[in-house]
Amino acid sequence: MTETPQFPLSKRDLLSMIGKTAGATAMLMAMAPLGQAHASTFTGPIKLDGNAKGTSVVILGAGLAGMVSALELSRAGYSVQVLEFNPKVGGRTWSLRGGDTYTELGGFTQTCTFAPGNYLNPGPWRIPTEHGGVIHYCHELGVALEPFQQNNYNAYVHSTQAFGGKPQRFKTIQADYQGHVAELLGKAVRQNALDDAVTAEDAQILLESLRSWGALDSDMRYVKSNASAGRRGWAKGPGGGLTAVPIPSEPLDMATVLQSGLWRSLGSHLTNEHQQAIFQPVGGMDQIAVGFERAVGSMVRLNSKVTAIRQDDAGVTVEYLDTVSGDRLTARADYCINTIPLSILAQIPMNVGGPMAAAIRAVPYGPSVKVGLEFKRRFWEQDEQIYGGITSTDLPNSQISYPSTGYGSKGPGVLLGAYIGGATSYEMSSLSPQERVQRALEWGAQIHPQYRDEFMSGMSVAWHRVPWTLGCSGRWTEQARAEHYDNLCQIDGRVVLAGEHASYIGAWQEGAVTSALDAIGRLHQRVQAA
Amino acid sequence: MTKPSMFAILAASAAAVTILGGALGATALAQDAPPIGPNSAGPVRGDAEAAAIASNAPRFVQRTGEDLYMNVCAACHMPDGKGAEGAGFYPALAGNAKLAAKGYPAYVVLQGLNGMPPVGEMMDDDQVAEVVNYVRTHFGNEYQDAIAPAEIAALR
Repeated sequence: MTETPQFPLSKRDLLSMIGKTAGATAMLMAMAPLGQAHASTFTGPIKLDGNAKGTSVVILGAGLAGMVSALELSRAGYSVQVLEFNPKVGGRTWSLRGGDTYTELGGFTQTCTFAPGNYLNPGPWRIPTEHGGVIHYCHELGVALEPFQQNNYNAYVHSTQAFGGKPQRFKTIQADYQGHVAELLGKAVRQNALDDAVTAEDAQILLESLRSWGALDSDMRYVKSNASAGRRGWAKGPGGGLTAVPIPSEPLDMATVLQSGLWRSLGSHLTNEHQQAIFQPVGGMDQIAVGFERAVGSMVRLNSKVTAIRQDDAGVTVEYLDTVSGDRLTARADYCINTIPLSILAQIPMNVGGPMAAAIRAVPYGPSVKVGLEFKRRFWEQDEQIYGGITSTDLPNSQISYPSTGYGSKGPGVLLGAYIGGATSYEMSSLSPQERVQRALEWGAQIHPQYRDEFMSGMSVAWHRVPWTLGCSGRWTEQARAEHYDNLCQIDGRVVLAGEHASYIGAWQEGAVTSALDAIGRLHQRVQAA
Repeated sequence: MTKPSMFAILAASAAAVTILGGALGATALAQDAPPIGPNSAGPVRGDAEAAAIASNAPRFVQRTGEDLYMNVCAACHMPDGKGAEGAGFYPALAGNAKLAAKGYPAYVVLQGLNGMPPVGEMMDDDQVAEVVNYVRTHFGNEYQDAIAPAEIAALR
């Protein structure tokens, strides 16, 4: 490339130039819009070049972070063993389906009676396009993905304080909110109220864009018309033959839209991690665990409860309890990759330095409750034309998510009937599983009265009562990040931590994957340098 | 590609780095955690003595020590105060010698401990005092020196 670039530049030339001008980070950022990088730090399959030098690694935890580590390190020639508390792999990558039993802390056991094909993902349930690491491993391990309906314009937005508690269609509220905002802004432009902010030339462009964005008429008004009805829904929709003529619906007035508060739900699908396209594994989130099990299952020792971790100059010794036989055993390796959730790790003796020890104790684990409800028929499709997606509500259940698969099935269907955080989540966690299901039913019936006749069974998972996590995920504050995050992620002697808690993508699987790749990359460098 | 448009890309990429740096420093990063929205009240606990559930997040609405315990603490420490054990454990509050000094449980409720969230952030001083006094006088604990809301305020 010459000092004075020739135009047009190739994509490669451009990236090289940006790299020189603004540094590597800017180059990475610039790559994204050109389709060469994902939005997380995942940039493609990891390359652990060099020699493992006969090095052994013990990995604690067979969730995504542990299994990514096991897969890549074993490929690079390391000797790998994995210890897992549960009788199966996957960790929070988990699905509950018919025939499963689940016993939470406190002793409540639930037996799932969902029909074949139905399931609840108690933990992660969707995979954004942004999360290239998770998607990469799904592709590599043969885990089929299908679209997850995040934003369904025909699902509801609901408030007990608006429209007499009658749910409204997302598309109706969005169209009316946008239409009125566009009309209002158009008025301001035409009255020259924005002259300080917009040039005369741009004002004309702005008006044209508002007409398009808000479905306004030629006079810049948001009114009853085919254009507005084409977004908010028709009084009588178009068809064929003699009944073909469509009748537009009457928009809500602006005050009604504003005072309903339902606009609060319009932004919920706008963040990068909730934008379409977004995916789910076919058959349940645990299919990712099944895929990893095919690849690394032979390295995993199940039913192994870690009780102490001790490192010395030559290696790491892990003491563990076989929860089936009661035997107390030890594992020994040159290094340890520790993916145990911090809520539990803080309770396990481990001789690391003060900074990492303090970091392990600095991250509280948040609450979260999900309730899955099975109904005799898919009334949300049959009666209300809602195919997947999410209804949001100000009721304590917070949302109802409809299955993104099996459309039109005549058999029973399973909804996510509640997904709750915050104070309400503690209150729900304090209840028995059956009481949680009962509450979710009472709340949901205010939106779908069919609940009362169609309910079959329910399952609930309160994450603070999950025996192997003691909470949903690590919740970092800005202050804790500044003080402890780097110390948590640094290699301490022969121990390095990984998991969603060691990431900036908390509570997402991509955090576990990228933290594991980062940790094993650094560990490999250390082995190369030794 | 024209020269001006290339410089626009350079400027945009530099701006993006700035934005990213800002976002990473903030707690506003998206988590796939459940929404914390304003929820209206609806009865959750079935028995009449317990408070209506459904606090307007992010604060708890229960006022008495018993109601707070049964709707917040019981999630982990269990309704009988005996805690639970899995891969990790929730300590029993029943017969727990660490409750002898009233300041200790108050501090834990306010600041959290290890994986335990600082639930006192979602309570006012009266509520924290109520629940601390409840725990210290139930489940076999018989500590009579109650903590006052003013002492809670001083510990925040």
